[in-house]
Amino acid sequence: MSVLVKEASPVPGEHELRVNDFNINVATANGSGSQTSNNILIRTLFKMGIPVTGKNLFPSNIQGLPTWYTVRLSKDGYLARREGIEVVVCMNAATVAEDMQNVMPGGIILYDDSLPVAARRKDVTYFPMPVKELVKEADLPFNLRDYVANMVYVGFLAYLLELDCDQVRAALEWNFEGRPKPIALNHDMVLSAYNWAAANVINNQPYRARAMTGFNEDKILVDGNTAAALGALYNGVNLVSWYPITPSSSVAEAVIKYGPQLRRDPDTGKATYAVVQAEDELAAIGMAIGAGWAGARAMTATSGPGISLMSEFVGLAYFTETPTVIWDIQRMGPSTGLPTRTSQGDILSVYYLSHGDTRHIVLFPASPAECFEFAGTAFDLAERLQTPVFVLSDLDLGMNYWISDKFEYPKKEMDRGKVLSVEDLDRWGAKWGRYLDVDNDGIPYRTLPGTPHKLAAYFTRGTGHNEYSGYSERPEDWENNLARLTKKFDTARELVPPPIIDEVEGAEIGIISLGSNDAAVEEARDRLSAAGFAASYLRVRALPITQSIRDFLAKYDKIFVVENNFDGQLEKILVNAQPSAAPKMEKVTKCDGLPLSARWITDSILSHLA
Amino acid sequence: MDKATKAVAPARSPKTNSLGLEKNEYRGRPSTLCKGCGHDSISQRIINATWELGIDQTQVIKLSGIGCSSKTPTYFLGQSHGFNGVHGRMPSVATGAVIANRTLTAIGVSGDGDSVSIGIGQFKHVMRRNVPMTYIVENNGVYGLTKGQFSATADQGQVLRHAGVNDLAPLDVCLEALAANATFVARSFAGDAKQVETLLKAALNHRGIAVLDIISPCVTFNNHDASTKSYAYGKEHQISLQELNFIPSYEEIEIDEYDDEREVQLHDGSWIVLKKLDEDYDPTDKLAAYRVLEQGHRDGKLITGLFYIDESSPDLVEMLNIVDEPLATLPAEKLRPSRESLDKLLAAF
Repeated sequence: MSVLVKEASPVPGEHELRVNDFNINVATANGSGSQTSNNILIRTLFKMGIPVTGKNLFPSNIQGLPTWYTVRLSKDGYLARREGIEVVVCMNAATVAEDMQNVMPGGIILYDDSLPVAARRKDVTYFPMPVKELVKEADLPFNLRDYVANMVYVGFLAYLLELDCDQVRAALEWNFEGRPKPIALNHDMVLSAYNWAAANVINNQPYRARAMTGFNEDKILVDGNTAAALGALYNGVNLVSWYPITPSSSVAEAVIKYGPQLRRDPDTGKATYAVVQAEDELAAIGMAIGAGWAGARAMTATSGPGISLMSEFVGLAYFTETPTVIWDIQRMGPSTGLPTRTSQGDILSVYYLSHGDTRHIVLFPASPAECFEFAGTAFDLAERLQTPVFVLSDLDLGMNYWISDKFEYPKKEMDRGKVLSVEDLDRWGAKWGRYLDVDNDGIPYRTLPGTPHKLAAYFTRGTGHNEYSGYSERPEDWENNLARLTKKFDTARELVPPPIIDEVEGAEIGIISLGSNDAAVEEARDRLSAAGFAASYLRVRALPITQSIRDFLAKYDKIFVVENNFDGQLEKILVNAQPSAAPKMEKVTKCDGLPLSARWITDSILSHLA
Repeated sequence: MDKATKAVAPARSPKTNSLGLEKNEYRGRPSTLCKGCGHDSISQRIINATWELGIDQTQVIKLSGIGCSSKTPTYFLGQSHGFNGVHGRMPSVATGAVIANRTLTAIGVSGDGDSVSIGIGQFKHVMRRNVPMTYIVENNGVYGLTKGQFSATADQGQVLRHAGVNDLAPLDVCLEALAANATFVARSFAGDAKQVETLLKAALNHRGIAVLDIISPCVTFNNHDASTKSYAYGKEHQISLQELNFIPSYEEIEIDEYDDEREVQLHDGSWIVLKKLDEDYDPTDKLAAYRVLEQGHRDGKLITGLFYIDESSPDLVEMLNIVDEPLATLPAEKLRPSRESLDKLLAAF
């Protein structure tokens, strides 16, 4: 076993420690199993009560390309991505030089001691880890060696950061769902690394993770896609038809995972839902539309390229007024783009998806709890308004772990919309027409196939139709229908989730943002406030825009629209809706594949205010 | 024939079926297709077959894509819900609908352009999934609505006025269906009322997907005598593989014994009885189906009849192991798990 060269610096005193306020970056190779170690790390910190966030920066690759996992500890409870690395773990030869170079002055570097150290910096502290020797000593099966080797850095970090070792063990049990063998195998590796470090390394570095209270109580650690899947299962989903695409696949996979325990008839063991992996996104949306037409709660989950393929079918669903729900977990596009990097680049294309005069209801969840809630809201709106409803999440929200409020059990009954029964048909007789605006809200009544009544049937078509669903090419039928669809869209304004508005008295500037930017915007507001610029904040949660958004636009002299795309897509929709506000609006946009940071938002806004 | 039973058909007026309905109640809107179109004959066969079987129209869904054939669901079963989808994607809509409500009888109507050109992908996958439905391809080898372009079933060497000569060999609907593991594959000719109706009745009672490739000449764009999809060609070259009789189990009648018959029991207990022209033909033998279809191509003959049937494979809704009642109308208490179950889940996060 190699003998560690002990660094000369002294062990820091308590007042010199930097507790629960730094970033850890773990650099590994894709497919090496580091995800398990990183999960253990973030879960341990979460269970110690520390506000923590993890961003997985991974390549579009199965094995070999570099992967980074950045964990932010924030005693103040800021959960957005933060630039700067104080603690780096180097496990990848391909990136080790760059990874070591990127550490902030005063930072520490843990590295696999078989990796080369190109230029030894004087402003950081190095901790070589004898990974190969420890793995060799553990006498592991050959195929598990690389995988379990990642537990070495967990053990080292446990020693250096003084992690709660009971929580490390509990995290392993959680990760392996109680299976004793992998738990023991991995835990032994963590312990042996910890013990070696304790015996050979003087902990003369300042970073510490200490258990704390006041933030994580009553919270959960979960990704947005799991939340979406559970929300669907708790809100009656009957069909999930999907085609695999990063970063949305884990929505359907979580339905497959949790469905059996939640949605099986206890007497027969048969399911009250189905999951079908389609041959492509066209078939996925086609199935969802067919099921929605027949009265089921159906959804699909996809990302940008899938949205493009679904375009024609979505127009059909809009025009035939067929309920369906489409989750778009956004990634960088166009085309394949950067499939494993986050973006909010589908706002415009989804809002107006398809040809002809189409526009859609779009929801923007900002947290896993909201993903859970909006899964139900989307079904309710789709069935109430008889139209496709989009939920726009993104890779950052969907695939990364977030500290979230617990999911709230649905408070309201499911809204199944305007569906006529046999009794209704008896009463209405020949007066019922599929596209008649009976209630003056633009929403017609529908019947479900299989309704045992002579008058129940109607013909659903993408071609021109009149109020009684008959084929029509008459100009006035076409225009009347579009006018009613516009009225229906106006009705939707009153039904979609309203924005969350936080107004600061005396504030002259307003920030508008959406979705997963929320944490970064809230942190940026604190920074702006410290710089003397109080900012009110409106978080858009849905399109079409509501009166409250118009009021906000009218109220503030300067409005910054913060988005994770290049063109300012939400800003364009707002300008279109309220041209008078255009001169006051400034887009604050960034599109580099990474989630927005508070510092970048703050600096961008300040540069406009200077 | 040992399965033959002696039973008396229920007394009723010959003008009404077992539901007491007259045939004209199974009609749809007037057709807007060209006069003499083979598709209209097929619509009439659907009306006859469903009426004779006493099918409750309100429990039928009619699905189609885009094209002349896909317009036809408006022209039959006026009391059934219909869905006219997008071009080539009827199968996915049908798949979603039967999952949503497994008690419905699904009839899909498509054409050669809709199913074999733009829609070959969904055509193959709906076979592979064995979605319980009757899938009719009204096959004329030409695009009618866009005024005469070749489809993927057009004959090699065929000439159309604007499109010129087709250099490509056609795809065969039945061979494609067989290769995709369809469990019922048949072909007929729109002008053969008896065979189309018999095959339709069998298809409507099949467990899983039943594909009917019905050669249906386009009177306007592809009715040259040289085309294999013309009336003249069909009448001259059609060779029936079998004569078929279909006997629903709920209307048992005495039938004569045949020496050369092969009986196949359908999913619902009803029987299809085949009278073979070729004594050796066994419609449960997939290899034989490939052989007879390929031989037909080599001989330039239009073989019709039931090429293949498999009643033993589970259909999609069986494989999904979903509840027996329609998912679409399950009560809320079956759709929303308990509060306790959520608390338990959250405790593990």
